Amino acid sequence: MIKKSKWFALPLAALLVLVFVLAGCTTNATSTPTTTATATPASTATSSPTKTATAKATATGLSGNITEAGSTTVQPVAESIAAAFMAKYPEVKVVIQGGGSGVGVKSVAEGTVDIGAASRELTNDEKALGIVDHVIARDGIAIIAHSSQMVNGLTKSQVKDIFSGAITNWSQLGGANKTIHVVAREEGSGTRAAFEEMVMGKDTVITATAILQSSNGALKTTVAGDPDAIGFLSFGYLDSSVKALDIDGIAGTVANAKNGTYPIVRPLLFLTKGEPEGLVKEFINFCLGPEGQAIVAKDYISLN
Amino acid sequence: MSRYFTDRLARNVVFICATVSFVILLAIAVFIFKEGLPAFKEIGFINFIFGMVWRPGQEQYGIFTMIVGSIAVTAGSLILAIPLGIACAILLADVAPFKLRRFLRPLVELLVGIPSVVYGLVGLVLLVPAVREIGGNGFSIATASIVLMAMVLPTIISISEDSIRAVPMSYKEGALAMGATHWQTIWRVLLPAARSGIGTSIVLGMGRAVGETMAMIMVIGNAIILPKTPLDPARTLTGNIAVEINYASGLHENALFATGIVLFIFIVILNSIAVILFKRGTHVQTVT
Repeated sequence: MIKKSKWFALPLAALLVLVFVLAGCTTNATSTPTTTATATPASTATSSPTKTATAKATATGLSGNITEAGSTTVQPVAESIAAAFMAKYPEVKVVIQGGGSGVGVKSVAEGTVDIGAASRELTNDEKALGIVDHVIARDGIAIIAHSSQMVNGLTKSQVKDIFSGAITNWSQLGGANKTIHVVAREEGSGTRAAFEEMVMGKDTVITATAILQSSNGALKTTVAGDPDAIGFLSFGYLDSSVKALDIDGIAGTVANAKNGTYPIVRPLLFLTKGEPEGLVKEFINFCLGPEGQAIVAKDYISLN
Repeated sequence: MSRYFTDRLARNVVFICATVSFVILLAIAVFIFKEGLPAFKEIGFINFIFGMVWRPGQEQYGIFTMIVGSIAVTAGSLILAIPLGIACAILLADVAPFKLRRFLRPLVELLVGIPSVVYGLVGLVLLVPAVREIGGNGFSIATASIVLMAMVLPTIISISEDSIRAVPMSYKEGALAMGATHWQTIWRVLLPAARSGIGTSIVLGMGRAVGETMAMIMVIGNAIILPKTPLDPARTLTGNIAVEINYASGLHENALFATGIVLFIFIVILNSIAVILFKRGTHVQTVT
């Protein structure tokens, strides 16, 4: 009887092993959109049938698939735009994935997605890969402090010195004699990358003693609760619980970011390999058009 | 005949369940090692374990500060939780009247059910500002240790209580008959007799402390520095994985899986200690 039960269990165990190995493979494929499994049908679909689709766009509407992956800052707004696009053209399927700006650039360069998303400027190396960027929105990065903070404004170079650890006391900035508590985002965050690029420059790194929080929300809560803290935050998350400091005398508002006076503004980008065509072009034009920009304006800074 | 059938069916069901848990463990181990080992090869084992700088943007991967962080937080929480937990176990096992026990025990068990993110949130909103009054910026090993203490306590209390209760009644009666006071009986007879169970409870608590992630991320500050005082921020091994995995790709991702391997080995060592302690416990009890 024992023997029988063993015979019964062995193939089952083998089956389970197989299932888990396969499961491992699929999770791998979805977590890093560099594998071709999900993207290939989409890219082939866009190249051939969409051209005909574009031709009859005015008459019957579009059809086909688009895949997008990349920045998690862009993700929510891309999802909203995709939903509106699919509502307008029911024959079109748009799949939006996260992954981070780095993944967005990499995937579009390798051709595994139709559109990559990034919340920072492309580097020259990345541009050399033949990636074309399309600015779909802008986002300001506010320098925030506790609502009771006496210091109201900083220069950009002061911000740099604070985050690099060269300035460590609020009294050096005209505030109280308190140690500055630097709060930053974790390595890999698009907001951090954009902040490093626009404020810190190439050779200066954020001090190792900085408190790191892994989301915009957690960072805001931290700064809101610490009278001596300073941090950086996407405009989309600003509210009255924290104080946005003036940079070079310019208040961190959407209006100032729009008219170009506020100095820390980053673009939110859609990336394509080469100039977009067919369905992808239609989708990007939709983002840039009035319908797309109305969605953008809910959270970020629209283009006009 | 049908009795034999039920028997066989039950045996098979149990066998399948055991196989499933084994296969899951195996699959996890294989997956972590498959993803993490390339990082060891690329970075170098010594550089990875003892490296002081973690800066993925510049291809520097050293997790020594995080190993120190994990050990410091675990030790800190146990220093707080062991005296409290054992005292509470003694109260529940031997001192408290039945009514009080019936009220306290479910309360302790309720602590296990609270999601760790809630512990983290309470720590972030209440404890961090409180610790800031003492010094530093509030995000620190001390704060994290206090939060972890609350999470480890139920494990220590319930297992210790059970093992104190498991001490044969004759021990206690004998001690009291010899003229020992109640406290002397507890301190000199009950606790030594239950020490293997208490030891097991501590090791299991330690396992939970090492593995805790979400609450830690929220209150420890995640700074990648070698902490010098309990008021300094730090980063734990689990926190390192959770904070960065969303954006990681390539070698960075492998390095995070390699962090997982280090954690895995940590936990295996802790569980082995628990098994050894548990075995010794039964041995001692049969001998005496």
